[in-house]
Amino acid sequence: MENRIKTLFEQKPQGLLSVYFTAGYPNLEDTVPIILELEKNGVDLIEVGMPFSDPLADGPTIQQSSEIALRNGMTIPKLFEQLKNIRKHTQIPLVLMGYLNPVMQYGVERFCQKAREIGIDGIILPDLPLSDYVREYTELFEQNNLSKIFLITPQTPEQRIREIDSHTNGFVYMVSSASVTGSTNGQAVANTDYFQRVGQMGLRNPGMIGFGIHNRDTFSQACNHARGAIIGSAFIKALAQEGSLEQNIQTFIQGIKQEV
Amino acid sequence: MINYNVDENGFYGKFGGAYIPEMLYPNVEELRQNYLKIMAEPDFQEELQALLKDYVGRPTPLYFAKRLSEKYNTNIYLKREDLNHTGAHKINNTVGQVLMAKRLGKKRIIAETGAGQHGVATATVCALMGLECIVYMGEVDIQRQAPNVARMKMLGATVVPATSGSKTLKDATNEAIRDWINNPEDTYYIIGSVVGPHPYPDMVARFQSVISEEIKAQLKEKTGNENPDYVVACVGGGSNAAGAFYHYLDTPEVKLVAVEAAGLGVDSGESAATSVLGREGIIHGSRTLLMQTEDGQVTEPYSISAGLDYPGVGPLHAHLHQSGRAIFESITDDEALQAVLELTRLEGIIPALESAHALAALGRIGAKPDETIVVNLSGRGDKDLTTYLDRFDLHGK
Ligand SMILES: Cc1ncc(COP(=O)(O)O)c(C=O)c1O
Repeated sequence: MENRIKTLFEQKPQGLLSVYFTAGYPNLEDTVPIILELEKNGVDLIEVGMPFSDPLADGPTIQQSSEIALRNGMTIPKLFEQLKNIRKHTQIPLVLMGYLNPVMQYGVERFCQKAREIGIDGIILPDLPLSDYVREYTELFEQNNLSKIFLITPQTPEQRIREIDSHTNGFVYMVSSASVTGSTNGQAVANTDYFQRVGQMGLRNPGMIGFGIHNRDTFSQACNHARGAIIGSAFIKALAQEGSLEQNIQTFIQGIKQEV
Repeated sequence: MINYNVDENGFYGKFGGAYIPEMLYPNVEELRQNYLKIMAEPDFQEELQALLKDYVGRPTPLYFAKRLSEKYNTNIYLKREDLNHTGAHKINNTVGQVLMAKRLGKKRIIAETGAGQHGVATATVCALMGLECIVYMGEVDIQRQAPNVARMKMLGATVVPATSGSKTLKDATNEAIRDWINNPEDTYYIIGSVVGPHPYPDMVARFQSVISEEIKAQLKEKTGNENPDYVVACVGGGSNAAGAFYHYLDTPEVKLVAVEAAGLGVDSGESAATSVLGREGIIHGSRTLLMQTEDGQVTEPYSISAGLDYPGVGPLHAHLHQSGRAIFESITDDEALQAVLELTRLEGIIPALESAHALAALGRIGAKPDETIVVNLSGRGDKDLTTYLDRFDLHGK
């Protein structure tokens, strides 16, 4: 069965731009307009964040967008309702990203079935252990044609990277440096040894670099070391600027993509 | 027979595990692979035992509380963890973990704290070992436990306010975990209770198990029987309870009573009684009972006691609850305050607010005149004096 993430990586060799945003932020009903506007501006892949009250791996920007999204009334059922007809409007690869607890309460099986119905292509649950996934959920994800995307970091040992790669399909999410999301200290693209080490491992999956990618410079540098890069916090900050959603998205994405 | 100890995968029944993002995996895995080995090393044990004896002041007394026993018409013993150096059981764990950190070659120590007792106990052992110490503490707790904030600063620790969520223990723990993600090489996280990803709940329980080890020997000496009818302890994350229960887990004739904070009442919406209000979920890397909304968002807890103001319990306690091995009680703010005054005026001991929750459960137990109860008096009330003076209207008297 076709999976849009797989097709994307087959068709586009490099410079892929993936954007993360928190569903329900800045306003509850912005989810679909943001997706469509991102596609219009040439983004390749979209990670729709499911807000959680206690986002352990996130810095202040995503903590705040999550808090506001929850206050606005975002829930998993609400998100699925908003995305119900999304495939009538766009074929851009869509990944759902969030923490395990809300998904567990919704029911992992029900969650995967619903995601498939809508036409979601992949899932990222950073606090779902690889061992639990392998033991309990591999088949469920495969049956529902969902890529399961795992993270690696500069501290992940080689053997574990290989293990993660063997259970991942879609792409390997290369966390850029030892940091929660949203850091802008420039470390995001400093760790070239790590990028090269992973690059030379000959993994089955393409790699995308994320965490701390926040402008054109860091994006283009990351693209030199992987198939593409992921931008989250910086995009969420851009959404908080004055002006219309459309204008803010266009300004931000065009600024990233210039000359890449 | 049900197993109450952790299994090789880090689970207590279906609770526990290590639900952590990959960024934490190398550190947690390093600890998992080494903690039992290091704890078994003779020189580790020698150093630990020496510190527990001469620095912490162990063994702590097991005190027969005569007037309290008369009041409840039974036999009540208090395990005096309040007499430890720094004033609570927390230091049993921090002494052990700081030695673990040293064996693992870590230079920078981080911790979360609620009541500030764990923060003080961590700052203390860091001063002792000459290690950098950063303590995360909710803004609300910084206000209500000011004496402990002052002590941490005096000891040279940096106290960082946690300003998200309810600005209490849960949020301080989030910040400590984020710090650990940001500093994966040189930093060791001293968790303050039997919570967090495996192996923390098991390791902390082992360091606290000295409490029940001593109770057994002391009770045997005093009564001829090492087994009481009841062991009673308060539960925030559950470390003092885990320590007091540990060597009795497989002795079913000893009834274990775990006491949670009901706050303003379990039905008031302002409570921290996880066993009543919680459902299975994931918090701070552990599958356990958790107070949460239908959508799986963590609920803000409430208790007058900063140390019990937590929306989860350790996975061991979730298992003890589900298996029926422990009896769970919940005690309101007002009941706890009453117990503070009662112990103070009957025995001349001012307990911590947390420990007062355990004392307040004495009236619920219905022990017979020939039965024996051990209450774990987890800490002293110095840190709570402002609250006590306010609530008992003792200013200016
Ligand atoms: C005196 C005292 N007792 C009990 C607790 C609760 O923690 P635990 O449930 O881990 O024993 C605390 C926590 O700060 C405390 O300071």
